Amino acid sequence: MDLLRFATAGSVDDGKSTLIGRLLHDSKQIFEDQLAAVAASSRKRGHEGVDLALLTDGLRAEREQGITIDVAYRYFATPNRKFIIADTPGHAQYTRNMVTGASTADLAVVLVDAAHGLREQSRRHAYVASLLGIRHIVLAVNKMDLVDWSESVFDDIVAAFLEFSASLDLQVTPIPMSALRGDNVVDPSVEMPWYKGPALLSYLEDVRLDDVAPAAKPGRFPIQWVVKPRPGSSESRGYAGSIASGVFAPGDDVVILPSGLRTTIASIATFDGELDAASAPRAIRMTFVDELDIGRGDLVAPVDDAPEVTNSFDATVCWMDGAPLRSGARYLLKHTTRTTPVLVRELVHRTDVDTLVAEPAETLDINEIGLVRLQSATELALDPYREHRTTGSFILIDEATNATVGAGLVRERATLGA
Amino acid sequence: MTFTERASEQLSQLDVLESHAIFVLREVAAEFERPVLLFSGGKDSAVILRLAEKAFRPGNIPFPVMHVDTGHNFAEVIEFRDSRAAELGVELVVASVQESIDTGRAPDLGPDASRNRLQTVTLLDAITAHGFDACIGGARRDEEKARAKERVLSFRDAFGQWDPRRQRPELWQLYNGRVRPGENVRAFPISDWTELDVWHYVQREHIELPPIYFAHRREVVERDGMLLATSRWVRPGEGETAFTETVRFRTVGDATCTGAVRSPAATLDEIIAEVAAARVTERGATRADDRFSESAMEDRKREGYF
Ligand SMILES: Nc1nc2c(ncn2[C@@H]2O[C@H](COP(=O)(O)OP(=O)(O)OP(=O)(O)O)[C@@H](O)[C@H]2O)c(=O)[nH]1
Ligand SMILES: [Mg+2]
Repeated sequence: MDLLRFATAGSVDDGKSTLIGRLLHDSKQIFEDQLAAVAASSRKRGHEGVDLALLTDGLRAEREQGITIDVAYRYFATPNRKFIIADTPGHAQYTRNMVTGASTADLAVVLVDAAHGLREQSRRHAYVASLLGIRHIVLAVNKMDLVDWSESVFDDIVAAFLEFSASLDLQVTPIPMSALRGDNVVDPSVEMPWYKGPALLSYLEDVRLDDVAPAAKPGRFPIQWVVKPRPGSSESRGYAGSIASGVFAPGDDVVILPSGLRTTIASIATFDGELDAASAPRAIRMTFVDELDIGRGDLVAPVDDAPEVTNSFDATVCWMDGAPLRSGARYLLKHTTRTTPVLVRELVHRTDVDTLVAEPAETLDINEIGLVRLQSATELALDPYREHRTTGSFILIDEATNATVGAGLVRERATLGA
Repeated sequence: MTFTERASEQLSQLDVLESHAIFVLREVAAEFERPVLLFSGGKDSAVILRLAEKAFRPGNIPFPVMHVDTGHNFAEVIEFRDSRAAELGVELVVASVQESIDTGRAPDLGPDASRNRLQTVTLLDAITAHGFDACIGGARRDEEKARAKERVLSFRDAFGQWDPRRQRPELWQLYNGRVRPGENVRAFPISDWTELDVWHYVQREHIELPPIYFAHRREVVERDGMLLATSRWVRPGEGETAFTETVRFRTVGDATCTGAVRSPAATLDEIIAEVAAARVTERGATRADDRFSESAMEDRKREGYF
């Protein structure tokens, strides 16, 4: 049985949490005590019926205000598949939490309220999802009950979305539904005979992601921790970490970056013993035939397929802090297991999320996305994000507040050393 | 042979969860000055201990283990705690709620009252006294609706408080481990594991657990719809009678507020079958402390609870 991680997205009140509640409820994944608690709290809040959004809106403030503030993670399984759901907030103020939830997702369910049409936040979220490397989008046109189950309303919204997303390289699967009533969530709708496609759950159970698995990519192993054997032990010093991509085996000729030292893998082991080969995302301990001065923050890669090493590069940055990003500012950058000071050399442009047009800008404000030219204090071994999620991503940290202020995605190879 | 041609190993979902948890443990060890592993004696902390062995052997486990002891313990759990700590050669710190009460740091609610909430005072005092900047815990997001909202690395201010409205963004697996003196994080390596994943892992890894997780005969009283084991602190009250039942525990915590469930499941296979078919969550079935109000867990967490 395989695992699918998906995130919800869309504007505030489009019905994301209700949809997840409905999905869990109709697929019989809700425990009796949870349902009883949600029913009681619906009554207390004067809802008629059970407000299924309360299954994921677990914080007091969320229940009081009827909105989602932060991501909720839910776990469920059908006989075909295991799912991890991230139900994210639609409110623009909490976009950073949507980005958090989407960063580990394979697929996004983008909701649109049929009565309102396509709005900015659904576009922004679809754009963010595509930036994050999500290729599969379910366009859930929700609240069809409010528009008389109208096929033409659905068609118009789908057309508007496809026009917007044409340049984003997304596979879009539109489904008309009513999360409130349960139409096309788990059970097919009787109200919309004109729709011939699958209900959401059967789509999620069947969809094949054609993404290349990390294990099938060139090897990348960021060193996390040096294991010093206990005194008297015959073991040699090992380098522990999780394989970010590819397969490694004893005998492989590798290069340690950024230093460029070359060596050969002597052994790969876990607590349970030695391995002939190990793949992403396995957590391992590696030893080398040479004694080298290496440690946390170094990256091991095959000699013939190593990433570029540079301290000057371009990246798409999602800004998540109230204090805007400006050129000339300094931050800390965490890339794999290495943290280094970084200077913003230039804000190349900002992307208008409504039109996807790049425009000149002085600052990146909260929730804005732009192309930034960075210079790091130490060299980094970088891959384009599109090719490698782990070695192509980083976060920016404000040195004064320690807040995580930005999410960065390394651009194409040609612009790496710009 | 090039790297891309080589056949990759097939990792199971349990392998993937295990690798991620080990990754989190190593990040915490590398990024913090003084981490500590919170050990309750329950199944989740037994799993975390095994994961810590896997993360750091053949080296030492680079942090002590701390038990916040309410004084209301199942004897089996304390035995288990001591023997595991000795086996692993880790320092065991016991932070005592009784001591917090004796020194006036925590209110004396009487010997029989649940001390679950008082643990927060003891925990925060111990964090300050030892200068811990990261507390590793076995909480899972599938346990409870406030936990479902929490980050893998969850920031706490200098008062130990969790502010769910202002959590740090947490992108990919890039955990931001920066805190100022006095602040700390709670780190949850098994955030994405379900109760069933934990049991499958216990079985696969032959992890030893306190025997109270398995069906046994025990004297209990029924209170607020829960079966509480009778003990020095739990005695039949007005209108209650003690009786003997075949029960097991789904969670292990303060003995005055952790309920047993009626269950004939005496082996791991039987427990796994039972958990897979369960219609009530583990906390719903067993924790009186979450029943007080809709946001009991969130409120405790805001104050600095695990
Ligand atoms: N008529 C109708 N109302 C719906 C439907 N789905 C959700 N709603 C209502 O829309 C409102 C908002 O629903 P939520 O599920 O909280 O919306 P959300 O997208 O999760 O909102 P945020 O998380 O705050 O962005 C609630 O009052 C729901 O009952 C639907 O299919 N039809
Ligand atoms: Mg919501």
